[in-house]
Amino acid sequence: MKYIDEFRDGALAKGLARSIAAAADTGRTYRLMEFCGGHTHAIYRYGVQDLMPANVRFVHGPGCPVCVLPMARIDQAIAMAVEHGVTLCTYGDLMRVPASERNSLLKAKAGGADIRMIYSTQDALAIARKAPERQVVLFAIGFETTTPPTAVAIKSARAERLENFSVFCNHVLTPPALATILTAAGEGVVQLDGILGPSHVSTVIGSRPYEFVPAAFGKPVVIAGFEPLDVMQSALMLIRQINAGQASVENQYTRAVTRDGNPKAQALMAEVFSPRETFEWRGLGFLPASALRIAGAYAELDAEQRFPVAPSTGREIKGCECPSVLRGVMEPTDCKLFGSVCTPENPMGACMVSSEGACAAYWSYGRFRAPASQSAVGTGAGSSVAATMAAPANLPTASAPTRRDSAVSA
Amino acid sequence: MTAPLNPSSAQGQSVQDPSAEQSSTSVSALTPAQASAPAARRFAGRLDIKHGTIDMSHGSGGRAMAQLIDELFRVHLDNPLLAQGNDQALFTPPPGRLVASTDGHVISPLFFPGGDIGALAVHGTVNDVAMAGARPLYLTASFILEEGLPLADLERIVASMGAAARAAGVQVVAGDTKVVERGKGDGCFISTTGIGVVPDGIQISGDLARPGDAILVSGSIGDHGVAILSKRENLGFETEIVSDCQALNDLVAVMIEAVPSIHCLRDPTRGGLATTLNELALQSRVGMQIREPLIPVRPEVSAACELLGLDPLYVANEGKLIAICPGDQAETLLAAMRAHPKGRDAAIIGQVVEDAHHFVQMETAFGGSRIVDWLAGEQLPRIC
Repeated sequence: MKYIDEFRDGALAKGLARSIAAAADTGRTYRLMEFCGGHTHAIYRYGVQDLMPANVRFVHGPGCPVCVLPMARIDQAIAMAVEHGVTLCTYGDLMRVPASERNSLLKAKAGGADIRMIYSTQDALAIARKAPERQVVLFAIGFETTTPPTAVAIKSARAERLENFSVFCNHVLTPPALATILTAAGEGVVQLDGILGPSHVSTVIGSRPYEFVPAAFGKPVVIAGFEPLDVMQSALMLIRQINAGQASVENQYTRAVTRDGNPKAQALMAEVFSPRETFEWRGLGFLPASALRIAGAYAELDAEQRFPVAPSTGREIKGCECPSVLRGVMEPTDCKLFGSVCTPENPMGACMVSSEGACAAYWSYGRFRAPASQSAVGTGAGSSVAATMAAPANLPTASAPTRRDSAVSA
Repeated sequence: MTAPLNPSSAQGQSVQDPSAEQSSTSVSALTPAQASAPAARRFAGRLDIKHGTIDMSHGSGGRAMAQLIDELFRVHLDNPLLAQGNDQALFTPPPGRLVASTDGHVISPLFFPGGDIGALAVHGTVNDVAMAGARPLYLTASFILEEGLPLADLERIVASMGAAARAAGVQVVAGDTKVVERGKGDGCFISTTGIGVVPDGIQISGDLARPGDAILVSGSIGDHGVAILSKRENLGFETEIVSDCQALNDLVAVMIEAVPSIHCLRDPTRGGLATTLNELALQSRVGMQIREPLIPVRPEVSAACELLGLDPLYVANEGKLIAICPGDQAETLLAAMRAHPKGRDAAIIGQVVEDAHHFVQMETAFGGSRIVDWLAGEQLPRIC
């Protein structure tokens, strides 16, 4: 495919690998957090880690929208479908994410709730147009990438006077999450030397919003595309900055990202949404000003107001380490549930559900080298990996690398 | 209720025939065809295939059902065994080991680029039978129809089924029709069962892959799934992607002729190439090592998958097979496959290795390696 294959060229990758090996100082390690699930996926799907020197390690970040959505919000969505009988439109990635009481959207659907899988916000609008007698709710999630399309859907519904359409808004913002991770890094909870910054998100917000990272935390950022060569080139750029003792925001993904982003999309977001005082992130807790609600001018399209449901506390499954995995504190294989009771077939936590989740990527693509990667990363709990690898129960199940750039991609 | 695929006259006009009358009371129905008889009218009027729709009476066992069978099913599926007119077809199979296979078809939409549910219901089961190296002989078909299905659609489906069966050299020898209320089905579901005979000396089974064996595919992968998806989601691709829906028994015949020592054959339908390789690896208790650049994928399928976030390795096929044979026979087998129109794009994609974990691993075009795992969940429901 034109404009795609160029960024997956094996010969170029080998050249880049040599440059990285030459640049990386063997006397130290480089811990690079890839912020997005899209990066994580590329690293595993293309075997990028195989091409990196042992002292350059990727630490998985929280940039998987499905993974950071707290269980309570899924409970609320299910309650809307069940208690208010609405038609709930959701992206496929969310269907199997565990909700409280071992429930999920998939199970609620099997139990009779009207839950539809969609590919875009336009599908939800089409469903609403076709069934004027039904109340149709779009379960909107995602980072800044998917927020403008939700804004467009809201504006279309207003323009068409589509009275049976509303939006359950769960859009979140990238910079606050990054700040939280870096604060934790500053406290020594997780070791980080540089950040591979979001790619699709940055097409919307630009690279400017990350400038606080070098300024306040002294860490370099390279905005990195989602193709494997993008990831490798960005790693090289970070290594060079680290070697030179620099910390600035660089942009590797110049074919799509500018410093100021997409002003039209930003204006749309500002018109239709307003910031929430606080919002819960799975793994990171309640973060101030980290999410969006539907602005007052569009309040009648807000499903939370139209279909009030009791708040849920959303109890995570005991032993699930998704929160630590999302903060980069743990490797997937450090979780006792990984591969034993938690597999993509039977996920206990969100990181095992989404194809962008670190656990799912690790399981689907990388578990044959888990022991090696374990010793290289050295985050402890090696015995759990050995147990996982030996357990015959974990062999025949796992995830397909589907929906890589799903509609909720970061 | 066994029903009644009454072989009919070419005009679809039934004749006065006691056994046919009996069929309408649901006993059986495979009435001898009496093509030339100038029929005394058994039904008040001809079935209005152009404007009519299925209603509950078409599954009642009564006259309406008999008429449907006479004027629609028998017209397209006629053959001597069906014409016996009993609740069962009576036949003496040729000598040799027999295989049986069954397959339900629930695809949506019923008609798609490159095929329809009728052809699919024949090809699916013919292929399952053929994957034992067998020559498929007979099919049975069970139809579950939804009230409201246009008779014109049903006729198109059954005609396509008849054409597919004739092309594959199999006969539909028994059948059944049921009707469910509107909203309880989705137009038409078809289950088919097939019987075939395995030539002497052929031993093909999913547990026979051995380290050192070569892995081959018969052509490009992912065509069927992407064709269905492109229609269902109204994606409006500029290039129409056509399903690969086809019967593979003729290809298999030339393959076992060329290399009788083939160890495994399987058609990678739901779950695609990736899942089928994992099934075989587990069943044979071996590992597989494949190379991404060797796997044939059409550029348009690859592009559609990229757009939709799908991986062609997991997308369903309906006219492709995976073959595993001793490594030293691989080139012979490949040549035989490529000499056949249905195997023109065949390729050797990897080899069987020893692996206690029974993993399928792939060397990526990028130069790394990764696991190719089982499909989890449902990538695409109602694909076949």
